[in-house]
Amino acid sequence: MANAPTTPGIAPARLDPQTLAAHFADLEPPFGPHEAVVAADRCYFCYDAPCVTACPTEIDIPLFIRQIQAGQPEAAARTILDQNILGGMCARVCPTETLCEEACVREFAEGKPVEIGRLQRHATDALMARGIHPYVRAAPTGRRIAVVGAGPAGLACAHRLAMRGHDVVLMDARPRIGGLNEYGIAAYKTPDDFAQAEIDWLMKIGGIETRTGVRLGETVTLEDLRAQHDAVFLGIGLAGVNGLGVPGEDLEGVRDAIDFIAELRQAEDLARLPVGRHVVVIGGGMTAVDAAVQSKLLGAEVVTMVYRRGRARMSASQHEIDHAATAGVRIITDAQPVAVHGNGAAQEVEFAYTHDGEAGLELTGETFRLRADQVFKAIGQKLAGVPEGLTRAHGKIAVAGAGRTELEGVWAGGDCTAGGDDLTVTAVAEGRDAAEDIHAALTARAAA
Amino acid sequence: MADLTSNFLGIPSPNPFWLASAPPTDKQYNVERAFRAGWGGVVWKTLGFDPHIVNVNGPRYGAVWGADRQLLGMNNIELITDRPLEVNLREIKAVKRDWPDRAMVVSLMVPCDEESWAAILPMVEETGADGVELNFGCPHGMSERGMGSAVGQVPEYIEMVTRWCKKHTRMPVIVKLTPNVADIRNAARAAHKGGADAVSLINTVNSITSVDLDTMAPEPAIDGKGTHGGYCGPAVKPIALNMVAEIARDPETAGLPISGIGGVTTWRDAAEFLALGAGNTQVCTAAMNYGFGIIKELTAGLSLWMDEKGYRSVDEVVGRAVPNVTDWQHLNLNYVTKARIDQEACIKCGRCYAACEDTSHQAISMSEDRVFEVIDAECVACNLCVNVCPVENCITMERLAAGSVDQRTGQTVSDRYLNWTMHPNNPMDKAAE
Repeated sequence: MANAPTTPGIAPARLDPQTLAAHFADLEPPFGPHEAVVAADRCYFCYDAPCVTACPTEIDIPLFIRQIQAGQPEAAARTILDQNILGGMCARVCPTETLCEEACVREFAEGKPVEIGRLQRHATDALMARGIHPYVRAAPTGRRIAVVGAGPAGLACAHRLAMRGHDVVLMDARPRIGGLNEYGIAAYKTPDDFAQAEIDWLMKIGGIETRTGVRLGETVTLEDLRAQHDAVFLGIGLAGVNGLGVPGEDLEGVRDAIDFIAELRQAEDLARLPVGRHVVVIGGGMTAVDAAVQSKLLGAEVVTMVYRRGRARMSASQHEIDHAATAGVRIITDAQPVAVHGNGAAQEVEFAYTHDGEAGLELTGETFRLRADQVFKAIGQKLAGVPEGLTRAHGKIAVAGAGRTELEGVWAGGDCTAGGDDLTVTAVAEGRDAAEDIHAALTARAAA
Repeated sequence: MADLTSNFLGIPSPNPFWLASAPPTDKQYNVERAFRAGWGGVVWKTLGFDPHIVNVNGPRYGAVWGADRQLLGMNNIELITDRPLEVNLREIKAVKRDWPDRAMVVSLMVPCDEESWAAILPMVEETGADGVELNFGCPHGMSERGMGSAVGQVPEYIEMVTRWCKKHTRMPVIVKLTPNVADIRNAARAAHKGGADAVSLINTVNSITSVDLDTMAPEPAIDGKGTHGGYCGPAVKPIALNMVAEIARDPETAGLPISGIGGVTTWRDAAEFLALGAGNTQVCTAAMNYGFGIIKELTAGLSLWMDEKGYRSVDEVVGRAVPNVTDWQHLNLNYVTKARIDQEACIKCGRCYAACEDTSHQAISMSEDRVFEVIDAECVACNLCVNVCPVENCITMERLAAGSVDQRTGQTVSDRYLNWTMHPNNPMDKAAE
């Protein structure tokens, strides 16, 4: 007998399979060919276009949109992928409303930007659907480079290095390649196993050997990697999760949101994935939104997202917050958890209202409780397992220029490094640029 | 309320919108639908002698589309009516009998000899039709057989055939002109000399709309081959407006009534034709694109605009703009303007900058924070920035007041009218001597 949204506790199959399938289908369906041409026609082909400046990977957006308009989405894809090899995923997950589309002159003029993200997806999908991998490797250099962490930064770095003729060993601690693309993004943003399809496509470049289950500092050390390779790139992300630091945090039903999101992404059958009747998500970022929305989509009756500061300070974009609200997530701001109550398992979370005081965030003294069978913590991630010898800045690996660390022959990029937003697109840019820097360094060394 | 009734050549119609000779006017069924919708008249699709012609059995129309498949231009390789003459005549008679208040003009195309014209004209007269239009325009198919534009491209033939027709009928004779000539005035003058009551123009323009790059065949393609067709629709309107104006201001054809044709799509297009001297307008492509229902917009729009401007009748509009059409040499060279960018309206796309910097006079500056400003010392007022700007009225051309200095030339702007014939640089300038 299937369950219902009102079934008490944490239970699977709160919704029937058809409803679940519909809930986790494409959030925004792809353009048809005619729609794409019409959408592309809205682009003004701006001079020194603001959208390009706003893109961390500096894709020539007006050019690729013109190529769609001219009936060649595959050529458009090439323009995109030249700058961003994960242009397909970025088209799906980029917060375009705070990047290219925010900068679009039509956003300024009409509040209705050119739909750059969807157009990018149209182009990259067209190329991938034809199974074309448009890049070939340069002549072999005989160099061998270790890329640690197979998320967006590592993938971008590995691809660019392979293209330059180097041999790459791409390693990751998880059983599958992809990092946050595979484990960290809401399922409805990347249905049909797009992350793996994109990786398979990316790997067609050749010259990239993948090793999973490799943990830096456990199964392999940085020193070994340095000794065995001509260069090392670290794209290890943020493996640590911040705790609430309140009584009851260890009760059953309290867990990290990223684990829930990863589990959901890896689930073969969503109907078997349990979710609480009353779900409370603590945090105000994209992870919190993804956990909250997906809880609701799985059939939780009441989902509440609670953020300790005001709405304007939430790191989730307005678009994401609106999406959560539309999905039926209740959003409470200016309240922070003070305790999780329950007898073995969580039953309630107690919050205290906050306000900005002279000494920072202060409690007003007023508290309230929310029913909670399940509590997701999404209050940020932190660097973990950093090898000795690497300098830290702002809690992350310090780098100079295109990802150079303090250690000779070691580069780093993506979320594990300081600088740039923790976005997929930023990680891609950093991985790509580090690869070019590694290539330049190795070439210079060879010439010397 | 403005009076839209028209009395072109003494042929009354409730409004100045006729359907041009084309597929929409091929038979009784279509024409009655048009009259029910409110069209003022029709020029019945061109009749010829039996045995009637045949059309291709593949595509007859090619097209040029905008991004959202707006039909910007269309061409066709359809010939004149492919129905027996007797059938057409019978239907024309029936329609005219049932719709006496609508204009019924019959388009004709027969071989270039007097007997042919003398034979067909009485048959048309017998239907009670209001007039005939001589099809000297069709550029495809029939022209290969010595008819259509093959006649329209030779002024002597135009004059000759027109004269025959005037001799053999009491009906008004309209001569439809082809735009596929070097100077449209020669054709109009010939029609005028032959005694034409009016000219109508333009017929369609020789064209290939596109090439299928897989089959390497021009469109519309018939079994892998294509031929030039007649281009029509919004794309040809500027060509038609110019030709209408050229005839309207030609002293040799002064007063010759003109029926304006070519890309009329909205009431505004029609008003422009009227202003340039057309006594009425004929419409085809817009109706083919949207159906007969557009007549309600055409009549309501023209009426509203006339009311707003205080024009009481169509005739008050006709030719209003003709005195302002002149030769280049008479344009005032002391009219000095500069582009002005409304910074409030500017959306910072930079298209004006790219256009001016790359392809014009380097007269727009761009700052770090994307503020675009006109450099008066370089601006020749070409208007390209206005044309490429996506925001209407963001960039305008403002006249420099007399007495101010044009930064580009260093000269003080004069309020004296100065044209090329008076200019010292003109080697033919007699006034300067």
